[in-house]
Amino acid sequence: MAAVAYLDHAASTPMHAEVVEAMREFFDGCYANPTGAHRMAREARRAGDDARDILAEALGARPGEIVFCGSGTEADNLAVFGAAAGSGGTVVCSAIEHPAVLRPVEQLGGRVVGVDSAGMLDLDALAAALDGDVRLVSVMLANNENGVVWSLEEVAEVMARRAPGALLHTDAVQAFPWLDVAARAAPADLVSVSAHKFGGPKGVGALVVRDGVALQPQIVGGGQEAERRGGTPNVAGIVGMGRAAQITVARRAETVERVGRLRDRLADGLRAALEGVTESGVRPASGAGMPVDRSAKVAGSCHLCFEGIESEALLFLAERGGVYASAASSCASGAEHPSHVLAAMGYPRSLARGSLRLSLGAASSEADVETALAVLPPAVAQLRRAAA
Amino acid sequence: MQVLAAMSGGVDSSVAAALLAQDGHEVVGVTMKLWGGPSDTGCCSVADVIDARRVADALGIDHHVFNFGEDFSARVVAPYVGDHAAGRTPNPCVECNRHIKFDRLLRRAEALGFDAVATGHHARVLHRPDGTRRLARGADAAKDQSYVLYMLGQETLSRVLLPVGDMTKARVRALAAELGLRTAAKPDSIDVCFIRRGERGSFLAERLEATPARVVDTSGRQLGEIPSAQLVTLGQRRGLGVGGQERPLYVVDADVAAGVVTLGDRADLLRDHQEVRDVAWAAGPVQGPVLVQTSAHGAARPAALDGTRVCWLAPQQRVAPGQSMVFYDGDEVLGGGIAA
Repeated sequence: MAAVAYLDHAASTPMHAEVVEAMREFFDGCYANPTGAHRMAREARRAGDDARDILAEALGARPGEIVFCGSGTEADNLAVFGAAAGSGGTVVCSAIEHPAVLRPVEQLGGRVVGVDSAGMLDLDALAAALDGDVRLVSVMLANNENGVVWSLEEVAEVMARRAPGALLHTDAVQAFPWLDVAARAAPADLVSVSAHKFGGPKGVGALVVRDGVALQPQIVGGGQEAERRGGTPNVAGIVGMGRAAQITVARRAETVERVGRLRDRLADGLRAALEGVTESGVRPASGAGMPVDRSAKVAGSCHLCFEGIESEALLFLAERGGVYASAASSCASGAEHPSHVLAAMGYPRSLARGSLRLSLGAASSEADVETALAVLPPAVAQLRRAAA
Repeated sequence: MQVLAAMSGGVDSSVAAALLAQDGHEVVGVTMKLWGGPSDTGCCSVADVIDARRVADALGIDHHVFNFGEDFSARVVAPYVGDHAAGRTPNPCVECNRHIKFDRLLRRAEALGFDAVATGHHARVLHRPDGTRRLARGADAAKDQSYVLYMLGQETLSRVLLPVGDMTKARVRALAAELGLRTAAKPDSIDVCFIRRGERGSFLAERLEATPARVVDTSGRQLGEIPSAQLVTLGQRRGLGVGGQERPLYVVDADVAAGVVTLGDRADLLRDHQEVRDVAWAAGPVQGPVLVQTSAHGAARPAALDGTRVCWLAPQQRVAPGQSMVFYDGDEVLGGGIAA
């Protein structure tokens, strides 16, 4: 097989070798249950608490405010269901949240706030959706499809006017590889992250729960995570998450700078090679010869819609050419589904059905971009010819 | 050849893919996601997709899922409801084959560079010396599916492979067991794939406005009333709320617009001819003597084709409008259409 260009980092990322190494000890060396009393248990506990310290610093929280759990989805569920439980209040979220937030908000009969065609939150609609009954507002820091970043300061400002008692939750799962979440999520009371999006293992997430925030645990058992999430902690996973967070933060500035340039070349190259390409989450060039303004997006995000084709078919040909990417969300069966994000942005179905999400990551290289630029334009052209 | 094998998660399509892979073709399996609503029999549940994927894994071939849900809703489910609303008795499997499996999927396969599409249907594609092809009945008469494939023309037949068509169902299952495929003992799918067994009435009731109907005999005398004329099929005997008659009564006419369902004797259903519309031919129009099959598992009866009129040699029960009528020469499909 030819070289593979993995351009699906928003779905998952390769683990750093140092992370794998750091975890190894906790599979068959220090394997004790960290809630135990003996030496091996204490060592496991210490390793987890070291990771907790790292996450706390990376997320701008105190160690006691970190709740480790099983995934980003679990963190989101814990935030929404946990905050709503027993409060009698309403929950509010944006229309382009990850299903891990959207579904819980729907289940709770909450309110959903729209976005504009550039993927920016409609702050007027947010204000209109807020009142004294609102218990929680959940808006993501960066979107998993279009990569657009939102200002939580602006959201918090609207909340202070309209629903001063409400909690603010942010899903920072896609933001963490690229943004200083400690600073950006400072206005939030609850912050979700997921280890495998930044070079850590799958099966570990964390939720920041600021001191004083009343949250009802959703998994009840042995009182782990300070009574906020039952279940034996995934020590190896938590250690891996800590190490991955450390590496991500240390290299973040360099990664953003380097990957941002790769992303620009990829997006510019595809737009130059093909007609009928719409790039989401960007502002048009301010003048002839000026670059497209991608400043609202995270550095790894390249999200395009190709007129006249279908994502499923393009993904198939991309894979044959060694380019691994994705379209919108996949359901349990593996089928592609229409993007609720593009729908919320007002994209017509005819355009949205040809969407392609190329997401770069810290591991992305020039060669990946070259492969994608060699494979995708002829694939799109082949499908357009077949449809003609 | 590069073959795209449609894998529903059932035993027939599992074995079809296996046979092609054994024959050295470059096979990619695909499961079509067609229906998001509740159903328990069809090819769309997550469990069926998992079965298809695991069979593909066992065969060492790639597997993909294509979501044709929008097309299926528009081209199969909506017309199914529309036909019922108009008092017809549609066959959604025919429309799925016509619009989805042998059009949408085939075009997708072509666009992706495949030479052929394979399915697990029990029917055969015969190669004539003159280079044309004919669809023929499957080797297992009880499982023959040529009836629902009558619309396949030359262009399509040249790009379709039906690897289990010359095997009995028992042989298919035995082969699946030999190969250790997890679908070997999976029950056959029956009924309409997007409707749960026994829930046709409620499925339709949610989607069309029922017309209450008077139930009358052939002299116009009222025998009873039913809540929905659209759910009645010609020839139906049960569920009409008119029990206790001295002789068996059949639905001999259902007029949705007028809200009248007429019951009569079996003899009142007999016709000496039947008009057919939207005829598709395997290799050009045919006139004169043919065998005509009017339901998926019914017998084929002798008739003569006269334009769009099927003239029965001996009177036959009236065919419910919307049902497919398929023309055979022996085991070979000549074409077919929809009862007018």
